[in-house]
Amino acid sequence: MNILISIILIPAIAGTASYFIPSNKFRRWLWGSAAVIHLLLSVYVSFLIPHMQSISWIGMDALSALFLSLTSLLFMMVTIYGWGYVSREPAEQFADIETGGFLKNTPESIFTGSLLLFLAAMSLAILSRHFGLQWMAIEATTLASAPLIYYHQNRNSLAAAWRYLILCSVGIAVALMGIFFIGLAMPSGIKDLTLQALLLHASQLNHKWLQVAFILMLVGYGTKMGLAPMHNWLPDAHSESPSPVSALLSGALLNCAFLGVLRIQQVCSAGGIAAFGQELLILFGLISMGTAAIFLLGQVDYKRMLAYSSVEHMGILALGVGIGGLGIFGALLHAINHSIVKAMLFLTAGNIHYRFHTKVSSKITGLGKIMPITGLLWFAGFLAIVGTPPFGIFLSEFTILRAGIGQHLWLVIALFLVFLIVAFIGMAGVFIHMFFGRTDAHPYRENRGAVRPIIIFALLALVLGLWIPGWLTKTIQQAAILIGGVAN
Amino acid sequence: MTAIPVILILSCLFILGSSRLSVAIRVVAVQGLFLGLLPLIRSAGHFSVAILILGLSGIIFKGVLLPWLMQTVVKHTGVQRESAPYVAFGTSILIGVLLLGLSTWMAINMGFPANTSLLMIATAMFLILVGLFLMIGRRLPIMQCLAYLILENGVYALGVSISLEFPLIVELGILLDIFVAVFLMGNLLFHLDRNLQDNGNKQ
Repeated sequence: MNILISIILIPAIAGTASYFIPSNKFRRWLWGSAAVIHLLLSVYVSFLIPHMQSISWIGMDALSALFLSLTSLLFMMVTIYGWGYVSREPAEQFADIETGGFLKNTPESIFTGSLLLFLAAMSLAILSRHFGLQWMAIEATTLASAPLIYYHQNRNSLAAAWRYLILCSVGIAVALMGIFFIGLAMPSGIKDLTLQALLLHASQLNHKWLQVAFILMLVGYGTKMGLAPMHNWLPDAHSESPSPVSALLSGALLNCAFLGVLRIQQVCSAGGIAAFGQELLILFGLISMGTAAIFLLGQVDYKRMLAYSSVEHMGILALGVGIGGLGIFGALLHAINHSIVKAMLFLTAGNIHYRFHTKVSSKITGLGKIMPITGLLWFAGFLAIVGTPPFGIFLSEFTILRAGIGQHLWLVIALFLVFLIVAFIGMAGVFIHMFFGRTDAHPYRENRGAVRPIIIFALLALVLGLWIPGWLTKTIQQAAILIGGVAN
Repeated sequence: MTAIPVILILSCLFILGSSRLSVAIRVVAVQGLFLGLLPLIRSAGHFSVAILILGLSGIIFKGVLLPWLMQTVVKHTGVQRESAPYVAFGTSILIGVLLLGLSTWMAINMGFPANTSLLMIATAMFLILVGLFLMIGRRLPIMQCLAYLILENGVYALGVSISLEFPLIVELGILLDIFVAVFLMGNLLFHLDRNLQDNGNKQ
């Protein structure tokens, strides 16, 4: 069996099996081994062997290598965290402290099964080289993740899952229309919507229809990616779903949708209309950053704050690709940094929520004293996400900034900086209050399993700010060149 | 050939003004049946298996299966009509007429290739816009399902009009039907949740 196909099939089979396995112990073991095998295989095909093509619809290139290994790494960490999470969560109905009602968690078998199917769908979305197949995979990610958002079966999570489904399903329908228009843009006689065929015939593509296709796909996948003004599902879904799921949604799922946008930009750039897509990306990027910055000011729910920060960072990704040249390298690097730091913050938020049973930040003070390790990680995560050196995000944001200066986009740069500062002010208040505030509570004995994956993320975020390994730089450069960027 | 677009447009205008759920569902079912015929008629000269499947799956899913499921949900939840929509029914019809004008204008001015039917493209765009409008203009979750189905019918019609050379891609549109099915499940859950909540309050 081909190795790329097995990367998709292993989690798919394990996920389907999980629905039917009654034993918690065996199911968790299966979950863990699927995650480990997925990670090993992903690293192997991404970095250790030349990029391969399986069948004509599934293959690897530098872009998929980056996103596949990142998704797999995140899933591994979420698995380590999630093991402890599911064993701590009660299986029977219990009183919900936040809303005052009762809630009952989704059975663990459904949770694990959906999580693994979610991974399978994301892997397929990353590895597919055919626009129809990729679309199908992105739809599948929506379906697989909806039960995860509805994990705490209460009114709020149902409303969040409902909104997620409604908005993303409209988005996905719009993206499908985009694919119809790619079909219309093809020169007559060629009936092949693989990436390879489109790149081969790029010069013969009808520019007008390709532009329409780009707009529709940007809006469609942009909804899934959380670009404003189509981001409305994101704050609810991220704040209502269990923390390991929020980490995956923010760190992995948004990237998959971003990849959908990158693929059509890749075709546009090969067809000679890169500038058209870039202008739109800059526009959506700035709108997203601005919207997020406004909502970050005075945000009281710390998980919603993280969600809005994801909208902001998706905007930065779009902006980086929009600026082009070196900016594309910066955007891809930023995607890696953001995934790691945001997953770290969501997992930390999960620990905090477990101790305090509230998502309202003003009710939490003195984290540094009550939960020293989690508190410290929470604060480190804050420094990392707002782009303080020496963390990786500083480096990637600086690269995008430099690219903007190189292209003399002064207005864009000014807005970029203003939004970053506003977001910093909005988040700083919350984090500082939560970490330094006075408290009389006693220190709390922290769960080691729930802290370990976060420490690994924190170290990764730090290392990527100080030193990027050569093989990684090379892959990012290759990926940037695919979308019309330049190598550093 | 011009009969189908006319039927589709009229059915949309009818739904915009109707408050009774079961009637609206039946009209959408009729829409689905005619949509399924569309690919069969359009390729009358050269019939292929893929196009046959495309048409049949349209008829089965959009014309029969989903409407039937919706009726079941309506019976189950006991809500018969949309009594207080966000946008009133009269205004909705007026907006519908404006949307029809907009979609016709778009179809004419976008410069589609000569071998496509402009009337059909305008109809498809109209269905999409009406679907989007109803999603925000109606309050009941089941109406939002119905609205999504109309939007999806529009996507299907657009696919059949502009890229029938890729029947497989148009067929992907059928996958959107899964969403409708999931929405219907969500409807039941919402209903269940409401009951649970009431019980919780009583305790």
